[in-house]
Amino acid sequence: MDLHGFGHLLLAGTWITLKLAFTSLFFGLILGLLGAAAKLSPIRILRWIATTYTTLIRGIPELLLVLIIYFGTTEILLRMFDKYIEISAFAAGVTALSIAFGAYATEVFRSALQEIPKGQRESAMAIGMTRWQTFSRILLPQLWRVALPGLGNLFLVLLKDTALVSVIGLDDLMRQAYVAAGFTKLPFTFYLMAALIYLLLTIISMQVIRLLEKRANRPWQGARS
Amino acid sequence: MSDLIIQLSQWLLTLTQGAEPWDSYARYLPRLMDGVWITLQLVLLSGVIGFLMAVPLALMRISKNPWLWVFPYCYIFFFRGTPLLVQIFLVYYGLSQFESLRNLGWIWTDVLSQPYWCAIIAFSLNTSAYIAELFRGAIQAVPKGETEAAQALGMSQRQQYQHVILPRAFGIILPAYGNEVILMLKGSALASTITLLDLMGATRGAISRTYLSLEFFVLAGFIYLILTAVLIGFFRLLENLFNAHQRAQDMKINNLDPQIKDKHLEDSVR
Repeated sequence: MDLHGFGHLLLAGTWITLKLAFTSLFFGLILGLLGAAAKLSPIRILRWIATTYTTLIRGIPELLLVLIIYFGTTEILLRMFDKYIEISAFAAGVTALSIAFGAYATEVFRSALQEIPKGQRESAMAIGMTRWQTFSRILLPQLWRVALPGLGNLFLVLLKDTALVSVIGLDDLMRQAYVAAGFTKLPFTFYLMAALIYLLLTIISMQVIRLLEKRANRPWQGARS
Repeated sequence: MSDLIIQLSQWLLTLTQGAEPWDSYARYLPRLMDGVWITLQLVLLSGVIGFLMAVPLALMRISKNPWLWVFPYCYIFFFRGTPLLVQIFLVYYGLSQFESLRNLGWIWTDVLSQPYWCAIIAFSLNTSAYIAELFRGAIQAVPKGETEAAQALGMSQRQQYQHVILPRAFGIILPAYGNEVILMLKGSALASTITLLDLMGATRGAISRTYLSLEFFVLAGFIYLILTAVLIGFFRLLENLFNAHQRAQDMKINNLDPQIKDKHLEDSVR
């Protein structure tokens, strides 16, 4: 395929897409853990906040979320400080995608936490671990194994959702394809190229997830077969 | 920090007292409702077309003949592995690259160059890939005893699919199909990027005239939430109809690893 010298732009865009995806993954995982902890906490108001969070976010389009964060934040800042403060498209994108990822991750973590037998928690308590020790040393390592397949799927969704941030002008893969298509008048070529790059990223992610799952399941492999 | 809170609460107060945004809401609500109608059309049409395409795709996909399964395999992989936005742009902007398509007469002027039909084509292709994959799983999840029973009655392969496997698979995928339709509803907001005035497009139109971006985005989010809730309710109803035989017992499958499952503790966990 002749890319008319736009190949390096697509590559630069791919790099931004990857940065966006991994930054959002990091913050999204934290949000998801916090959400799951809140959903299972004995404090009613925390449970209520977490439920509202997941219901709201899972019911509105991701595109709307991206636009709300990007235009809404500037508007709130404008009204509060009476001057126009522009936030970067990258920051807005990371915020929106982390919030969206976090809402789904909350559900994954919550069901994973519930799958860990209660006996594990009780024995940790019985040998005198604090709540934090129980969480970080007993629950978290097991959580990882149970939650990994769900999180892997969510990451693939996140990777594809990064394309939405091109709508607010971030120079990611999608936007570079748009620019190149406009310049060369070859829209099909460039969108297909972008699609193939996304596909490649998906394939690589799937392989990595499979490896991670294999690694996480090491202690059970012998016993199962 | 306390300054911020005071500022924010003052702003919230003006919302309850002033004429805005309520005047603008009242003025633009009819257009938003037109947008809702377009959004619903997109979801329903592409949901139905996608479903009709998904059945043959799934049947080809489970075939053991490599000539039959390789096409649906690649098709499903492509549409599930690339962003919906790319797919919409490929159909709407991409097709104009081909001279031969532009010379097709009414097919070009009335269908392939119209954002409405392009959105429906892209959504149908996309959702059919997801549904086909669901269907494949469901067909394989039909209990083996049922196909064996059908065989024992002397049903042909075709009869088995028509009377036993497909109706059963439909019941099995219903909950997942409901999820897929809700994802489609959320995805339909992307139609606004190709100038279609769906709910999202109408909202952006209202914002460009009133400059009340936050207010209208929140209103749109609220309407999307209502639409989601209505769809969820509708699919609950369908599930009750189609899976009536399961209504009484809780069929939830607990796919917990038997190695770490201690049964005597289970009841107290949930």
